[in-house]
Amino acid sequence: MSALSVSNVSYRFGPKLALDNVSFDLEMGRFCALLGPNGAGKSTLFSLLTRLLVTREGHITVAGHDLARKPRAALAQIGVVFQQQTIDLDMTVLQNLRYFAALQGLTGRDAERNIDAALDRLAMRERALEKARALNGGHRRRMEIARALIHSPKVLLLDEATVGLDTGSRKAITEHVHDLADNGLLVFWATHLVDEIRDGDDVVVLHEGKVVAHDSADTIAAGQPLIDAFLAMTRKEPAA
Amino acid sequence: MMAYLVSLRAIVLREALRFVHQRSRFLAALVRPLVWLVVFAAGFRAALGLSIIPPYQTYITYEIYIVPGLCGMIQLFNGLQSSLSLVYDQEMGSMRLLLTSRLPRWWLLFSKLLAGTVVSILQVYVFLAVAAVFGITMPPLGYFYVFPALILSGLMLGSLGLLISSTIKQLENFAGVMNFVIFPMFFLSTALYPLWKMAESSPLLRDICAFNPFTHAVELIRFSLYESPNLEALIWVILSFAVFMGASLIGYDPARGMTLKKPR
Repeated sequence: MSALSVSNVSYRFGPKLALDNVSFDLEMGRFCALLGPNGAGKSTLFSLLTRLLVTREGHITVAGHDLARKPRAALAQIGVVFQQQTIDLDMTVLQNLRYFAALQGLTGRDAERNIDAALDRLAMRERALEKARALNGGHRRRMEIARALIHSPKVLLLDEATVGLDTGSRKAITEHVHDLADNGLLVFWATHLVDEIRDGDDVVVLHEGKVVAHDSADTIAAGQPLIDAFLAMTRKEPAA
Repeated sequence: MMAYLVSLRAIVLREALRFVHQRSRFLAALVRPLVWLVVFAAGFRAALGLSIIPPYQTYITYEIYIVPGLCGMIQLFNGLQSSLSLVYDQEMGSMRLLLTSRLPRWWLLFSKLLAGTVVSILQVYVFLAVAAVFGITMPPLGYFYVFPALILSGLMLGSLGLLISSTIKQLENFAGVMNFVIFPMFFLSTALYPLWKMAESSPLLRDICAFNPFTHAVELIRFSLYESPNLEALIWVILSFAVFMGASLIGYDPARGMTLKKPR
């Protein structure tokens, strides 16, 4: 059973076709990058995967649950980190985690155990009572990742999660999510930055709403640097 | 079941915490009705004669008349201000957090609504306490009876805000909401003048006032404060709440309302 399956999904904003017959299957325990230039349709695809948008064309299943027919079961298997920061800066780290656990309907001992695990994953137990405002950008992002995993989902979606971070934090975060994938999670990582992808990762290349490639990074690169292969695939055709 | 209550509690606590952190908002929320009470009502007292109308059993001064209307005003501003925070949240992403939870969306939106109502009720009681210091007091039991009335009126006005937030795309439009929703609703209601006074100047104005849901929220608060039932106002408030809530759920349905919003 695939962890995330998208089949024949299209989406329009009025007359504009934002996604055009997109299909792919992703396995558990993999790191898959969704690579595409700005405006390729990455954010639209993420909105569909998280059910902020709904389309009538095509199907999405998460860990076997159809997102259209059983949205709650499907959403329970998704952890998501948005491009915009969604932390309440005036609340402490612990309060932020508790708030999210409650939003997911986690109660009592389950909630406490998972929050504990999240704090350990963050190595932030001693800073749990600090306001989120006191954390630097990299730590805030790590906290959002730990928070997204509080309800033990099978799929972790991250939409351009390293935007605005310095090189060190970016590297730490990409390493962290690769570790998560090694531990059995499917990590689906939207980005336009090629250097965040390792050779063995899966890559879905999205361009102008279409999937133009889906393979492992080294196969797509075919001996040349991945960036060159990516640029060649997403070069804009001159208007006819 | 437990999951529902836990999420409700978390949302209410967060809203209350945010309110406590924004001291200036609390102050503004308190000063606004007090200015009306102390300045406006004092000036109007001489100009406006009030006859004995239910629920009052004796002649009253204008300050006493407008207290329920000002309670309603607090809730009106609050309901629409929470909707401002919804639009803001939506842009900042934390609304997305709410909408991608595995709990049903209608419940989370209702919780958000109830959270705003709780905050508005706190403000109303502080206002009533300050009014009492100025010598404007209600029958003692009125302070209890008004509580359920405030929950209903708060939910109704909050759901109106929710409905508006599901249709506004950008923060800037909120100034328009102030001009075209808050002010007309407040002035074309029984908050400042009783219906018969309106009828003296124009029957049309009276009809608009009688149709305005805010009028019924104010009357529900007024009658409860004076320990009297007002079935008509009660039904109007509940019906308005049902309509606004239903419409905002459609507005927040991903297959309909939200699809109109292009993610940036």
